[in-house]
Amino acid sequence: MIATLAVQAAQMLLVLALAPLLVGFVRKVKAQLLRRQGPPLIQPYRDIIRLLRKDVVLATSASWLFRAIPYIIFAATWVAAALVPTFATGLMFSWSADLIAIIALLGLARFFLALAGLDVGTSFGGIGSSREVMIASLAEPAMLMIVFTLALAAGSTQLSTMAEYLASGEAGLRFSLGLALIALIIVAIAENARIPVDNPATHLELTMVHEAMVLEYSGRHLALIDLSAQLKLLLYVSLIACLFVPWGIAGPDAGLKAMLIGVLTYVAKLAAGGFLLAVFETSIAKMRVFRVPEFMGVALMLALLATLLLFVSRSL
Amino acid sequence: MHGLSFDIAHLLAGSLVLVSFMLLYQDRLYALLNVYALHAVVLAMSVAWQAYIQDAPHLYITAAIALLFKAIIIPVALHRMIVKLGVHREIETVGGIGLTMLLGMGLVALAMVVTLRATEGAGLLAREDLAFALSVVLLGLLMMVTRQNAVSQVVGFMSLENGLVLAATGAKGMPLVVEISVAFSILIAFIIIGIFLFRIRERFDTVDIGALDRYRGEHG
Amino acid sequence: MSFDPVTFLFLIPALAAVVIALMPGSKLSAYVNAGASFLTFLAALSLLWVERPTPGAYVLVDEFNTIFVVLIPFVAFTTSVFSATYVEYELETARVTPAFLKLYHALYQALTLCFVLALLSNNIGVMWVAIELATLTTVVMVGIYRTHAAIEAAWKYFILASVGIALALFGTILVYMAAEPVMGAGLNAMVWTDLVPRAASLEPAMLNLAFVFLLLGYGTKIGLFPLHAWLPDAHAEGPTPITAVLSGLLLNVALYALLRCKMLLAGNPEALAPGPLMIVMGLVSLLFGAFMLYRRRDIKRLFAYSSIEHMGLITFAFGLGGPIANFAGLLHMALHSLTKSAIFFAVGDISQVKGTQKIADMGGLTSTNPLIGWGLVIGVAAIAGLPPLGIFTSEFLMVSATLEKQPLLAIPLVLGLLIGIGALFLQLNRIAFGEPKGPNHKVKCSYVPMILHLGLVLIAGVYLPAGLVAWFQAVAKLLG
Repeated sequence: MIATLAVQAAQMLLVLALAPLLVGFVRKVKAQLLRRQGPPLIQPYRDIIRLLRKDVVLATSASWLFRAIPYIIFAATWVAAALVPTFATGLMFSWSADLIAIIALLGLARFFLALAGLDVGTSFGGIGSSREVMIASLAEPAMLMIVFTLALAAGSTQLSTMAEYLASGEAGLRFSLGLALIALIIVAIAENARIPVDNPATHLELTMVHEAMVLEYSGRHLALIDLSAQLKLLLYVSLIACLFVPWGIAGPDAGLKAMLIGVLTYVAKLAAGGFLLAVFETSIAKMRVFRVPEFMGVALMLALLATLLLFVSRSL
Repeated sequence: MHGLSFDIAHLLAGSLVLVSFMLLYQDRLYALLNVYALHAVVLAMSVAWQAYIQDAPHLYITAAIALLFKAIIIPVALHRMIVKLGVHREIETVGGIGLTMLLGMGLVALAMVVTLRATEGAGLLAREDLAFALSVVLLGLLMMVTRQNAVSQVVGFMSLENGLVLAATGAKGMPLVVEISVAFSILIAFIIIGIFLFRIRERFDTVDIGALDRYRGEHG
Repeated sequence: MSFDPVTFLFLIPALAAVVIALMPGSKLSAYVNAGASFLTFLAALSLLWVERPTPGAYVLVDEFNTIFVVLIPFVAFTTSVFSATYVEYELETARVTPAFLKLYHALYQALTLCFVLALLSNNIGVMWVAIELATLTTVVMVGIYRTHAAIEAAWKYFILASVGIALALFGTILVYMAAEPVMGAGLNAMVWTDLVPRAASLEPAMLNLAFVFLLLGYGTKIGLFPLHAWLPDAHAEGPTPITAVLSGLLLNVALYALLRCKMLLAGNPEALAPGPLMIVMGLVSLLFGAFMLYRRRDIKRLFAYSSIEHMGLITFAFGLGGPIANFAGLLHMALHSLTKSAIFFAVGDISQVKGTQKIADMGGLTSTNPLIGWGLVIGVAAIAGLPPLGIFTSEFLMVSATLEKQPLLAIPLVLGLLIGIGALFLQLNRIAFGEPKGPNHKVKCSYVPMILHLGLVLIAGVYLPAGLVAWFQAVAKLLG
């Protein structure tokens, strides 16, 4: 009992600890690809600690919601990230790790973030919120279709069950899963505000989506929001890893050795994912905003196609 | 569960449908030709795999023809033609791309339902193959209908023929004589296409089919 | 040595096409064309006397296609004679070049070869290939004038025809897939004479799907509504001999192919009855064609819609089924081929004499060019179904068969026919009678083909030889 609780707690702390590291890694690789030195790997940690120490500057028109939102977002995202199987499946709270529940948590976070953008009443916040919601209106259906595909294949929407099913090799080389993977990658890029949908390092308000919404935040609020964004990235990478690259995950009731192997493979997968993301972002240009719906439409189509094909194969 | 050979066949045929969707998504002519070349390559791989699992060596010839003609010669020739014609390199569509994709999805769903209902007795591989082939054919038709540019209509037609080749290879043991004739006819058709593109350009100074509408003569 | 007409039927057009292509200069190509067509016709005629060869893997000669194998080379021959004088005039007026002539005549022979191949084929795949090649050949020939309108017509024809071909191929593949489990893989599963007896053991759902595709695919070639869009333009913009070939020959061969598929489906009692589909498409085409006749201003386009109308009528008759309707359909196919080509011969001469295809610019033909004018009048009377010309017989039989089987359908049928008659005579009045209008170029026309065809139609209306009647009846029974 204590042991399982400890393992679950370990997972929760692991994701919290690794999230800034992942972002730092991605930035470092991008910089190296552009033949720069780049910031040190632990820079995101330093940024967060620095922000935590600073004063919060609030606009006079900010409401109580404005101050509460960072905590809500952080809580929701952390719970969601903690539920995704990272190094082991079948953990203590895994029964609650329903993929739809995770999506709901992320949706909650996004909703509040959009509210935050609108709260202070600046126009840039408004732009950011409206763009964010536009992207979400296409990304969410795509995500749900992906969930349907995976659920049809695995027979359940519980992440642990899905991961175990896909790790067991019963699925084989399913074409629909390939389509679902591509769609999930597209959705992940959109949700995490990465190039080509949004530039996380931009200073131009005209090209911002996520950054525009958090423009008014400072101090510890900003620290929490940054940490949430990093957790979200970690969540999506872990999701892709546990579903489509499931080898190395420790099964339920595995021993310490298997768990250690799980942790190592997990870190390796994160590194690989981060590297690929950096390469992808460096090699492609940011899309114009009105083309983003087309891009998301592609994800939706792929996911629909995947569901359709899987449905068809099953009824044969 | 299904074996690996089935999975690979399924994968290749499904990829062909995916590439057909990619064809629908393109809005630049050169990119369209490249995606069409990819379409032909995937077809060749699919046919070669069918040749392997059906133990039908004559299908290797079909795969080779598809690879040589459709993946290399025809896209290169079309590329040259476009350069010579000086054609406007963006493709205008009838209706938005989003709508076209949705229609495409509908057609794929229709093709699946229709073929699976109609082929209750046939083998599993043949049924899936036929369903995918019909989807590719319908998507090719959709492309021909929703494009204004003559070159993109031609590409739609060629992708339709690719779907037909897929269907023909799925049918076990279809005699080579028909396959060669089909390939031959495609060649002739292509020559005619080439001739016509030049004539259209020469007469109308554009390859936009909208310009042809003025001469539709329906009022006569 | 036993005389094998089938080999000759294939060899003669093939050789002629090669000879014309290789011949230096083009002056003689028209004569070679006509001569080769004549020889092809003789070879076809000899099929009636020579002992019928047994059906092989590729070639089949039975009662059904013998009629058409004799008829189609005949019409091809008379059209080639008409074409010889027609293109001579076109050459004079510099509407075409000598290089065009060579291509045109070579393609004409190639087209004849494709028709013969399609008719005599026992393999449904080869039949498809022949029809595809025939279609592609006519596409080139339609666009050969290179005017704006011609290119538009040829492109539209090409696109629609290609779609039709593709759908027909899909249907053919489906037939093969249905047959393969029963008859084994390979060539055997595509041989028509082997398929028909086993039709009952073929998967019905698959046959249904196959027939739908075949109907759509070959229906495009036949010109059934709503797949007819290529027909008026192709007829109007191509050279008139090609228009005659399209209306008189290609539509018939495509319908023949459809009927072969229908026979296949009829052998399976569980499969969808092909009749209702054909009836609906036929009736709609009939009514559509009849209505469209009213406002046409171009003479060739007018008769193109008349072709759509009649093809709809024939499809309706075959869809209805039964001995009388099938007999009527067969008779109508043959007579329509003769009459429509005769009309187009007259129309071709008219357009050359008047220098235009617009009806508003021509008039009073019976006074200025009595032979052509009256020829057209008789032709239109024939196609409208007036007695004593042959088409009256077939239309009368169709109406009586409809009254017997599906009395309610007789209403739209007769309505369509009457509307067609009205429109045709209205237009004829403008062209043939009244004040003479328009220029009068001196053109050397060949009247013999037109007179020959109309004569045959007249004879057929008055007296059908008993042997021919028995023959048609036998085929009608085959069609089910």
